[in-house]
This record gives sequence, C-alpha cells and structure tokens, in this order.
Amino acid sequence: MEQLINMVLLTLLALITIGIIRVRNLFAVVVLAGAYSFLMASVMMVLDAVDVAMTEAAVGAGISTVLALGALHLTKTEEAAPRFSAILPLFVAVGTGAMLIYGTWELPGFGLADTPMNTGVGLDYLDRSMAETGIPNVVTSVLASYRGYDTLGETVVIFTGGIGVLILLTAVRRRRRLAGDRDKGSAP
Amino acid sequence: MMRDTIILRVVVKLLLPVILLFALYVQFHGDYGPGGGFQAGVAAAAAIILYGMVFGVMAARKVVPQRVVHTLIPLGVLIFAGTGVAGLLLGANYLDYSPFGSHAEAGQHLGILIVEIGVFVTVSSTMLAIFYAFGGRAEDALAGDPLAGDGDGE
Amino acid sequence: MTEILATVNYWVTIVLMVGGLYIVVAHGNMVKKLVGLGIFQTSVYLLFLSPGKVLGGTAPILAEGFELYSNPLPHVLILTAIVVGVATLALGMALVVRIHEAYGTVEDDEVHELEMD
Repeated sequence: MEQLINMVLLTLLALITIGIIRVRNLFAVVVLAGAYSFLMASVMMVLDAVDVAMTEAAVGAGISTVLALGALHLTKTEEAAPRFSAILPLFVAVGTGAMLIYGTWELPGFGLADTPMNTGVGLDYLDRSMAETGIPNVVTSVLASYRGYDTLGETVVIFTGGIGVLILLTAVRRRRRLAGDRDKGSAP
Repeated sequence: MMRDTIILRVVVKLLLPVILLFALYVQFHGDYGPGGGFQAGVAAAAAIILYGMVFGVMAARKVVPQRVVHTLIPLGVLIFAGTGVAGLLLGANYLDYSPFGSHAEAGQHLGILIVEIGVFVTVSSTMLAIFYAFGGRAEDALAGDPLAGDGDGE
Repeated sequence: MTEILATVNYWVTIVLMVGGLYIVVAHGNMVKKLVGLGIFQTSVYLLFLSPGKVLGGTAPILAEGFELYSNPLPHVLILTAIVVGVATLALGMALVVRIHEAYGTVEDDEVHELEMD
C-alpha cells in the first residue's frame, strides 16, 4: 500500500514537471509549481519525513509561490516564444539522464533496513538521542544539538540571503529617492 | 490588492490568530512531534504575509514595523551564536549545551529550546523582510511612483 | 514488479532532475529558469530521502511500541536545505526584478542583445 501511494504520487510529480516545461504562461507555471510542492510534501510524508514534509508544504507551496507571484507582478507574465531549436538542450538533458540511470544500477533497493546508509550514523542517533537529550523527536535533537554547527551555518545563510534581497530591492530605491529629492530642492 | 473582497477580509481575520497559534505550537512542541524553529518561523511569517496580501503591505507594516523586522534578522543569528559562546564560557565546547542544566540531559533540552528560538526569529523575520521588499516595490509600481519600476537602470 | 517498485523512486528522481535541467538550459525566461532550478533542487531532496526510508518503519519520533524507524539524518540535511533554498530563490527573484528594471525584459537572449548594442 505504501509503495502504491508512493508510485501514484511520483507519477503525478513527473506529469506536473512535463506540464511546467510545456506551459508558456508564467502564472500557470507558478501555480503548477505550487501543486508540485504539495505533491512533493505528500511524497515526503510517505517517506516518513514528517518534519521535511511540513517545511516543504509551508515553504515550497506557500512562501515560494508568493515570492514568484510578487516577482511576476513586477515583470512580465508571458514567456517569449523560443528562438532556438530545442534539439541541443534535449540532447544534453537526455544524455545526463542516461548517465544518471546508469549510476542507479549500483544503488541499494528502496525501503531496505540493512543498507550502509541505514546502518551507520543514523541508527546511532536513534539509539543515543533519548538518553543524551531527552527529546523524542530525533530530527530536532540532531538538528539543534548533534549537528548544531550545520544549523548555525544554515541560519547564517538565510540571514545573508535576506540581506542580499534587501540590498537589491530597497537600498537602490532609497538612494534614487534621495537623489530625486535633491533635484527637486535645487530646481526652483 | 484585494481590499474590496469582504469574504477574504473576514476569513483572513478569523484565520490569523489560528495560524499564529499553530506556529507557536509547532515551535514549542517540536521536541515531541514534527516541527521546530524553521517550520514555525515560516508559518508565523505566512500569517503576516497573508494579512499583507489581503489588506495591503502598508497595513502589514503597521502590524509588524519594518524596523522591528530588520532588527530581528541579525538578533536570531546572535541568539544562536551567543548560545554557543555561553557554552564556551561555562567550560564546554562551542554549541555544547550540557552545562546549562543541573545535569547534561536538562542542559541539552534547554539549549535546544533556546537555539530553536534563535532559528525561529531569523527565519520568520527574513521571510517577512523579503515579502516587504517585494510588496513595497509592487505597491510603489501600482501607485505610479516614477522611482520604482522605471526602465532606465543605473 | 517488486524490481520496478524498488527503483521507481530513483527513476522519478532522475526524470525530475532532467526536467529541471532542461528548463534551465532550453528556456530563456529567467523566472522560468528559477522554477526549473527549484524542480532540480526538489529532485535532490527526493534523492536524499528515498534511501533513508525503511519499509514498515515509522517517522523518527521515538515512542512506545515502535521498534523500526526511518533514518533521521537525511531529514535533518534536507530540512535546512529547503529553507536555504527559499532564501536563495528570493535572492534570484530579486535579481530578476532588478534586471527587468534595468533592461525592460527578463529573456536572457534579449538582455544579451541589449548588452551587445
């Protein structure tokens, strides 16, 4: 049953991706991307990643869509017709895909408990978390305590991204407005 | 924006406290269920963004002033990094929370709570600042402000 | 049948990855390029989360009565990656808005032509 739900959701994801490639109206693209994020969140639920699913639903379907709509409001909503033939990009994409499929041959199967990945450090965290931190949600304890350096780094990256947006979108405007006021003051 | 749609306005006013409460639940219940600072921060920001989309960015700026948001962005990082320094001063490694409590487990629990609050503050205020930046531009362009959205560049 | 089920996650991951790559390479519109990058990024999330799943296991929240849990480590890595992803997406969108203000277009070949003139 788990695998059936997984397969249906993954098929829908692939179909939406094809839809995003073909649609030229950017509003439709953004709405499809929102649907894509919700489906991805559902897949994550099936894969037992409840924390990640929650984040993807809030971030991917919520904030990203708002951001993209905001950007569309300030730019154009229709994509221009392609000028060049799609053969070369298609060749590059299909070639990359073939290489990646070749790479999956040696990967362990889906859902097995005895793969190298699932017997290593992840199991160690599951065993130690309760005794060392008293927190049942292992994702939280690994995120904030065992891998606190990582999370600090990620927080700083978010901080930097926010500062970058503020510099790009507000600092220039303020400078121009100041310049405009000065022109007005000296005009009469 | 959509200031004239009465259904939206009423529904948003009803939803707003629920979303904020849910964000707090996700924040403080993150130790025992799915959730944590990242999710709660995004949910809290989404509440204000929803308000801003229906009532206009100016109204949202009255609820959470831009100056406050810009102060909170570095404050969250400071809380996180400062927790690490506090651990150093108490004689442990950087970002080791064990000395905060009477025994190591209590210390870890408290440290994780503080760190998650730091993450919450930075994530929610950054999302809000980004929304204000985009929304402010859009409102200026709507109002016909010649200083925003003109095509001449620098 | 079980063979197909065992690898369907990897195949769909690759389809999404290639789809995202194709959008980035073949489409000139910068907003669409960013959406394509987002698809590429989510395919990487799937690549990380799929092998961490243990069939019959449950979410890694310790509770009485459960013995088998999925691997929590990829969840932690991807959780932070998603939030960083939206910060970088916002940065990209801000750049697109500024490019539109400077050139009046967000198609990369048109911007290139204007630069050449």
